[in-house]
Amino acid sequence: MLAIDVISTMFLAAGAFFMITGTVGLLKFPDFYTRMHATGKCDTLGQILIIVGCMIYEGFDFITIKLLLVTAFYLLAGPVSTHALMKAGYVTGVPVWKKGDKRM
Amino acid sequence: MDMASMKEEDRRFSIILTFCIMFMFWLLLSAWTVYLPEPYDFSKVSRGVLAALIVTFLTYEMFVPGRGTKVLLKLRRFIPYVGWELWQIYLATIDVTKRVFGILEVDPQVIEFDTTLRSDFALVTFANSITLTPGTITIDVEPERGRYIVHAIAKGPAESLTVDQTMQKKVGYVFMEE
Repeated sequence: MLAIDVISTMFLAAGAFFMITGTVGLLKFPDFYTRMHATGKCDTLGQILIIVGCMIYEGFDFITIKLLLVTAFYLLAGPVSTHALMKAGYVTGVPVWKKGDKRM
Repeated sequence: MDMASMKEEDRRFSIILTFCIMFMFWLLLSAWTVYLPEPYDFSKVSRGVLAALIVTFLTYEMFVPGRGTKVLLKLRRFIPYVGWELWQIYLATIDVTKRVFGILEVDPQVIEFDTTLRSDFALVTFANSITLTPGTITIDVEPERGRYIVHAIAKGPAESLTVDQTMQKKVGYVFMEE
């Protein structure tokens, strides 16, 4: 039981670390597009690690299958939503930050 | 694809395939209600069959528009690709983490390039893959020419798409559209 606790806590902690990194990036990066890089990518791995941590903690059950399906759906939907926001920004003419420009 | 243009044989195939997938999905999501209290309860299973049938007749035209060519071979090539893609997600997150904490530089640019991909599924897979791999996000796709507009966070990730083209080759190999 203890081993399962330790392993699942490691997964959850790693997931939380990447989620926090994404948030720091969201606040630190200079413009809309680079901010989407931070949130879009860190969230995917953070979410997967947290779900895997939950799976290990709960033990293998029918619930595990549902969690796996949630992961699969997130892998499909995460990039699509990121891309939809990026396209909306690009089409409506949000300026792209270049190196040396002022922070937006 | 509309109903009239679908051949009778194709329609039967797509109804059967959709029903199998829907019923499998129902079993996965609610197998505990069938299995745990009393196994092989006919009324519960029949409710699942009914639900699967209704969904099948509502959606089979969209779900399986026709019989594709060499589906099994493509599926066999697709599974290792998913594994490679999971590894790329890990690398992408490490890459962004380094940029957030200032170890690597941020020098964004928008690039455009053409690919040989034409089918819907290949285009979507490649667009998702670009977003999941390190440092690049798809902004727009023009399906007729297979043209992608991509936002890259630095020069390195941009060059891995325009110069190396490893991922184009991998997706082209999976869907046989090189």
